[in-house]
Amino acid sequence: MITEYQNIFNQVQVRGPAEMGTDDYGTLTEDRTKGATFSTLFGWFANAQIGPVNLGMAGIVSLASGLIWLNIIGINMLAQVGWSIPEFIRQLFWLALEPPSPEYGLSMPPLNDGGWYIIASFFLLFSVMAWWYRSWQLAAEQKMGKHVFWAFGSAIWLFLVLGLFRPVLMGSWSEAVPYGIFAHLDWTTAFSIRYGNLYYNPFHCLSIVFLYGSCLLFAMHGGTILAVTRYGGDRELEQIVDRGTATERAALFWRWTMGFNATMEGIHRWAWWFAVLTPITGGIGILLTGTVVDNWFIWAQEHYFAPTYDGEYGYEAYRTYEDFIGKE
Amino acid sequence: MDFEKLIKFPEWFGEWNKKNPTDIYGPVIVMGALGTAVIAVIALFAFGQPFATDSLQTGPRGIGMSVTEFKSDLAKPDPGIAALEEIGDLDGDLIKAMQAWTGIPDLFENVDSYQYGVGAMMIAMTQNINENWAGHVYANGEVGVTCYTCHRGQPVPSEIWFSIVPVNERMDGWAAIQNRATSLSQSTSLPSDALESYLLDDQTIGVHDLESRVAGIPGQDDYPGIQHAERTYSLMNYFANSLGVNCVFCHNSRAFYDAGQVTPQWATASLGILMVQELNNDYIVPAGALLPEERLGPRNGDEPKVACKTCHKGYQQPLQGTNVIGDWTQLQSTDEVVELP
Repeated sequence: MITEYQNIFNQVQVRGPAEMGTDDYGTLTEDRTKGATFSTLFGWFANAQIGPVNLGMAGIVSLASGLIWLNIIGINMLAQVGWSIPEFIRQLFWLALEPPSPEYGLSMPPLNDGGWYIIASFFLLFSVMAWWYRSWQLAAEQKMGKHVFWAFGSAIWLFLVLGLFRPVLMGSWSEAVPYGIFAHLDWTTAFSIRYGNLYYNPFHCLSIVFLYGSCLLFAMHGGTILAVTRYGGDRELEQIVDRGTATERAALFWRWTMGFNATMEGIHRWAWWFAVLTPITGGIGILLTGTVVDNWFIWAQEHYFAPTYDGEYGYEAYRTYEDFIGKE
Repeated sequence: MDFEKLIKFPEWFGEWNKKNPTDIYGPVIVMGALGTAVIAVIALFAFGQPFATDSLQTGPRGIGMSVTEFKSDLAKPDPGIAALEEIGDLDGDLIKAMQAWTGIPDLFENVDSYQYGVGAMMIAMTQNINENWAGHVYANGEVGVTCYTCHRGQPVPSEIWFSIVPVNERMDGWAAIQNRATSLSQSTSLPSDALESYLLDDQTIGVHDLESRVAGIPGQDDYPGIQHAERTYSLMNYFANSLGVNCVFCHNSRAFYDAGQVTPQWATASLGILMVQELNNDYIVPAGALLPEERLGPRNGDEPKVACKTCHKGYQQPLQGTNVIGDWTQLQSTDEVVELP
């Protein structure tokens, strides 16, 4: 029945011996775990095989320093609630490790007023950079392109702007983002309000375009490929070099719909660039805020793209308070 | 009687089913979904929207400037209004009225009681509010304030506040005063010292630069940092909860600072800020010196203080705009003298 192809889970899970990967030089297995297992649950969404993992020295260093970062935050939170575990759990989403107070500028503050934040941030930086290096290393070992490395780099750009480049340019670590669930969300709102509404920052606009565009492209591409799976369209790589009826139909569908279509290869360039440009443009927008522009709404007025509204302000112009509350 | 045979389906039924296999699950799901939808639509028409809302437009259309409330909430008047009518005008006897308003039956009957001295200061405060802050308390017609506006028949009014900082142990600076769900952070992780910073000490609430580019280092040269914006945000959350409104009751949220895009309510609220600063510093805190220890703050031993919610109690106008001052002329002006027993 045709509904077999219209399913949100993978229907077929092929099980053979575990695929352990290539080892062309006899050195690639050195850092690998030896075994591999299968999970039916994973198979519903992706490949059922789990492992082998190649953590490597960079991966271990990254996980270790990331763990130190996480523990510094957790222990600081625990100290804030007087070492009470129930209170720690109750307030977990509210608690945070804050950056230094503004009066310390770029100097090293006392440990209980941002000092631990600086130390934790150092470990986080080291952890992220080690993981970034690892994404290069693993690709190089398989003689792959470095596309994942550069894509991760675009996210790291935004991370560095928020926590390093912009605070340095502003002359104060206090501008960095706190480590806490609600605290970092409050920082985001306050950052926008403080600098006159980030929605009027054109790079913020671009970042939103690429973010929403990424979602749209992802849905279009995923939908297209699943729709032509019955003709072998899920074998995308084969279809790139040897275009079959799946590609023809998918391409025709989009030409009918909107006049043009991506190619079997090119759609992945669209997706990669949209994804990568999201943090790149976002990072530029953040970097300019407070360093070049201090009030984005006024900046938008100066550049004639903040509309004015001619209507009245105040509810009296529309209806009375007594109308609204329904009280005689 | 063979009961089991009686309730069993006849054999031909099972055989017929076996020979005629039918997918019943598809139709069952479709019919179930359709049936539920039909019942839901009929229920909506028959009983109405259970969560109906009403909104108060506060600015030009199309930009989301409206305050939304559940109709069920709007239908319920402030219970303080009925309680005030029950007290009545007590034949114009102000002392008796003040005893009823504050829920202190022997108020002003004992000169040695601390309540005597505090009460006298509170009379002066009420007169001052009605005379000098008429721009706030008479902003929407003849309303005014009396003891009842805050007290509501309670010796200690509800919604007073005390300093609770530091809220975090072992921390210093900004890390010590935020990131805890408290009554004064409106259960957010924003700073818990907004009320004391802005409504007792008069620190600057505004955090915006009024030019597109302003040089400065955060926390120095009057250049507000993000933390200052968070403290302001905390205060604004308190305002919103105190009046049962949202940002756009006063502001066009695209440019919070811009005086050209605020509503008239913004001006009334700004007067309210100045009023609360004066009330706390000139009346409430000095009167607090007369209070016994058990009336002081549980955290820092400070005097109880007032702010928006002490009067408003969650409504745009205290007691929803009821005229409480009425004929109580003795409370209307600082020139009046209230004869105490």
